[in-house]
Amino acid sequence: MKNNERLETTYLIIGSSAGGIGAAESIREMDKSGRIVITSDEPYPAYSRPLISEYLAGERIVEEMLFRPADFYEQHGIELLLGKKVKSLDLGRKVVEMDSGERITWEKLLLATGGKPIVPDIKGLNQKGVFTFLTLGDAKAIADYIGSVSRAVVIGGGLIGISVTEALMKLGVAVNVVEMKDRVLNTILDDEASLMTEQNLKRKGVGIITGHTVSEIMGESSMEGVILDNGERVPCELVVMAIGVLPRTELARNTGIKVNRGIVVDRHMATSCPDVYACGDVAEAYDFIYGINRITPIWPNAYIGGMVAGRNMAGIEADYAGGTAMNSLNYFGMDITTAGIVAPQDSSVYEVISRRREDGVYQKVILGDGLVKGMVFIGDIEKSGMIFGLMRGMVKVDGFKHELLADDFGLAYFPAELRRERLGVVPSKAATKS
Amino acid sequence: MGCGLCQVYCKTQHSVSKDILKAFKKESPRPVSRIRVERKAEICFSLRCRHCDEPWCVYSCLTGAMHRDVATGMVVVDRNKCMGCWTCIVACPNGALTRDLDNKIVAKCDLCPGLEVPACVANCPNDALVLVEEDKEDVPEFAGSSVRM
Repeated sequence: MKNNERLETTYLIIGSSAGGIGAAESIREMDKSGRIVITSDEPYPAYSRPLISEYLAGERIVEEMLFRPADFYEQHGIELLLGKKVKSLDLGRKVVEMDSGERITWEKLLLATGGKPIVPDIKGLNQKGVFTFLTLGDAKAIADYIGSVSRAVVIGGGLIGISVTEALMKLGVAVNVVEMKDRVLNTILDDEASLMTEQNLKRKGVGIITGHTVSEIMGESSMEGVILDNGERVPCELVVMAIGVLPRTELARNTGIKVNRGIVVDRHMATSCPDVYACGDVAEAYDFIYGINRITPIWPNAYIGGMVAGRNMAGIEADYAGGTAMNSLNYFGMDITTAGIVAPQDSSVYEVISRRREDGVYQKVILGDGLVKGMVFIGDIEKSGMIFGLMRGMVKVDGFKHELLADDFGLAYFPAELRRERLGVVPSKAATKS
Repeated sequence: MGCGLCQVYCKTQHSVSKDILKAFKKESPRPVSRIRVERKAEICFSLRCRHCDEPWCVYSCLTGAMHRDVATGMVVVDRNKCMGCWTCIVACPNGALTRDLDNKIVAKCDLCPGLEVPACVANCPNDALVLVEEDKEDVPEFAGSSVRM
């Protein structure tokens, strides 16, 4: 396509990750012929972002990270415009302008632009050896650089920080994680689970520095280390900034689309502007635990939100039931699942049921208003899906709350009607007639 | 009656040797049953993946490993793509997925490819398990449960 040429689409999707693919798939299910174009500023078709850790560790190649088979796009008539950045939106004319000057028109637009890493202004930030860890490009850049690196500092003890730490350790790099708060994974775990995780990390040789920030990255021609806010020096040749991720809302700003922290969407995943939708890490969508719109930047919510957006874009009304923070992790051999409110502050509102076994199993369920509002499972995680299902289904659990963490807990404890529905038991004819 | 034979035959069918003793005692990696049997007073049933119309595990898969096979309609996992993150296990409201810890990938009911009738159904001594094809609504209520495809 030459500059200034116009590409006309029915459905234009900006962003080729979980949300964009979820939308494209559900659009194609409803509309077999409408033109679907997905643009991405990354040069690859959709890949599994969580796998960039395995890529960096040398355990997977790009072809093994693809979210959909290579022939998926052709098979479903989905066109990809890769390595191209959208510069601006013109909502009145329903056209986007690309950095390269091309213009693309749309009838329905989806903003699935994801997030961008938070990079605070630290002295020495611009020197070689400072990376973020969100994209395959980031992982490749680290892999290219890592040759002579033996020590790294990871700034931020959240999911991204621990994930890059595991990859670096597998490569034989000694890692110190610097976390500003007093515990790692503090947004998705409670105190006890954070402590268990931290102990495991330390056992595996990871250095954990909590309650501090990095105030300077030292070095002139090459990196020498970082200086903490207490003046302490931590030598390293590599720094990964893993403080957090912000919704990538630039395109929507100053267009009239309502943007709060993320792009605000209704239960149809529609923005405040007609024919413009948003999903995934960039969107502020309904959270069924908090009962408000929130950013819940996790892969499944992006995909499910994308599916809902896609249906509505194709003219089939569908509601987003809502998502909440839900994560399953197994860094350094420790299985952890977590969802919703994990560390409730107000004990007059929330009730906590928990147990801890000597063998490293920790399970906790948070209840409020007779509903499950949150959970943390470590070690034995296989029944956390049933608990999360009760959360998502907003099932009243008063009648069996003390059994939620019982060894034999299962569907047998569910209300009979729900159990039958889950098991797919169809009432017999006689029963139906009576 | 909660005998658990379905689990035994499931595990054996998903072993390399297809021999009960070897499957339970010798094989490494250890074969994994994809069935859970629940027993609580008068309630007991055998549970596995129901290949749902709304497969939360597929929607939630981080790598694209869990997907619906277009030809059969079954929910299947691509063993090469699965990273063993267990997000699907959290997503499944029935707890029908299992960790295969030796291989670090998820294990689930595959309706026993190569067999005309899945091993659990074929070996249920009480005929409590039946294989139900999609859209066949005319199923009586059993003490056990249906194996749905």
